[in-house]
Amino acid sequence: MAPVSTQTSSTRGPASAGLGWFPALERLGWVVASLASLALLWQVVAMTAADPRLFPGPAAVFGTMSGLAQSGALWSNISVTLERLVYAFSAAMMIGSVIGILLGTFPKADKFFDPWLILFLNLPAIVTITLCLIWGGMNQAAIVTAVALNKIPNTAVTMREGTRGLSRDLNEMAEIYKLGWWKTLRHVTLPQLAPFFAAAARAGLALIWKIVLVVEAFGGNGRGVGYQIFIAFQEFDVATILAYALAFIIIVQIIETAIMQPMLARVNRWRR
Amino acid sequence: MAAVADVASAAPIRVEVTRKIFPAAGGRDAQLVLQDVAFEVEPRSFLVMTGPSGCGKSTLLNIIAGLDTDYDGTIDLGPGKDRLTYIFQSPRLLPWRTIAENIALVLPEGDPRHANIPEMLERVGLTEAATAYPERVSLGMQRRAALARGFILEPEILLMDEPFVSLDDPTAQSLRQLLMDLWHRQPTTVIFITHDRSEAVQLGTRILRLAPGQASVVQDAQVNLTNAQRLDRAAVLAEQTRIFATA
Repeated sequence: MAPVSTQTSSTRGPASAGLGWFPALERLGWVVASLASLALLWQVVAMTAADPRLFPGPAAVFGTMSGLAQSGALWSNISVTLERLVYAFSAAMMIGSVIGILLGTFPKADKFFDPWLILFLNLPAIVTITLCLIWGGMNQAAIVTAVALNKIPNTAVTMREGTRGLSRDLNEMAEIYKLGWWKTLRHVTLPQLAPFFAAAARAGLALIWKIVLVVEAFGGNGRGVGYQIFIAFQEFDVATILAYALAFIIIVQIIETAIMQPMLARVNRWRR
Repeated sequence: MAAVADVASAAPIRVEVTRKIFPAAGGRDAQLVLQDVAFEVEPRSFLVMTGPSGCGKSTLLNIIAGLDTDYDGTIDLGPGKDRLTYIFQSPRLLPWRTIAENIALVLPEGDPRHANIPEMLERVGLTEAATAYPERVSLGMQRRAALARGFILEPEILLMDEPFVSLDDPTAQSLRQLLMDLWHRQPTTVIFITHDRSEAVQLGTRILRLAPGQASVVQDAQVNLTNAQRLDRAAVLAEQTRIFATA
């Protein structure tokens, strides 16, 4: 028989293959132009400021940053903060995912625990932070817990949504074709949860890196970017505040570009 | 149709559903879906179940497949029960796996039938689309991939729920011919649901008509067509008139 060759549409390959590095370069050009304009605007405003100590220009801030870098303070404080960020982020993603998947799977548990979740979602960050530090003391575990607690409820809600949306059709398919629990988990369930996990991770990074600085300001115990900013605040040392802020923004943006975006692109590569 | 019955699959499939109720939910009352539906399916025959929408055909097929266990009655699939395949109304491919990966997934690791995948893709005309993701090809191609996934397992029992619905006519016709071709190569007991009478006559060796409302069998007819006649529209139409005029 012949009509098997009646293809009603052709397959589409990945888009924009063959354009090479040129669009990437153009995108970079826009970013550079945009940031340069911002720096220029900043310089102009700084020159009109009454007290340059309270509103230093970009040159002063980068000078401070380079001084901090040479003394080793910049990197040592950033690495302390990054370590806390990694612990808190990992804990929040793991614990939040487990809670969310369980609530999404068992409707009775969801009904029971939903009010708890709403309570924790609406608990102001400043409250969880102060309570953690009062109860746990000014130590690493209390700091990491305080940061993670602020993200766990969001992760749980996102993952619960993803779990509720798991396709019954595909589960039946897995059952009929006897895929077994491992193949079902790996090929059917996790790929459906991956976009939710990626979204939670991305939003989590954005939230956690801000929270971690606040926690460090309260209980940094002499170390960490947040604590340095807190000290600089007491001395009205705006150049140091901005130097740490800028350095940390650069680090977080590198994480976003090098890890988060490729991860999102990967979990979505099959979409049309 | 091939009639090489071996001992293992000589026993018929016995279906007996005395009662199936959808429990009350979301403001809707409990609903009696199936009552006293009983029939046997001869090995390697092609049974078509037809009837109006909502008469319980898909529910019955889910019960036969073992997906729905909340019913009164007994289903005896015989020795072929471990080699059952269900081709759903929608293709139900994993969108994040390529077409070839979707087909390979249903075979255990190291199964010798992995070697048959290229030939199966060739037979359903998907050789070039093998590395494409399902959402990037047409619905007709997705349905062909679902057929290939079902047939790669060389099932003894094949359940199909309107697998060609919402396709344009030439595509649906080419898929029907593909199904007949595959069925002749790998004789299998088929239970096929459709509400398209012409499709029912063209494919089936036997037709069961279910009544609207609570499904029960209202007609049980043999289809008297040769394989050649099944490709002849006039012959199909004449047989369709003969079968469906009697009720």
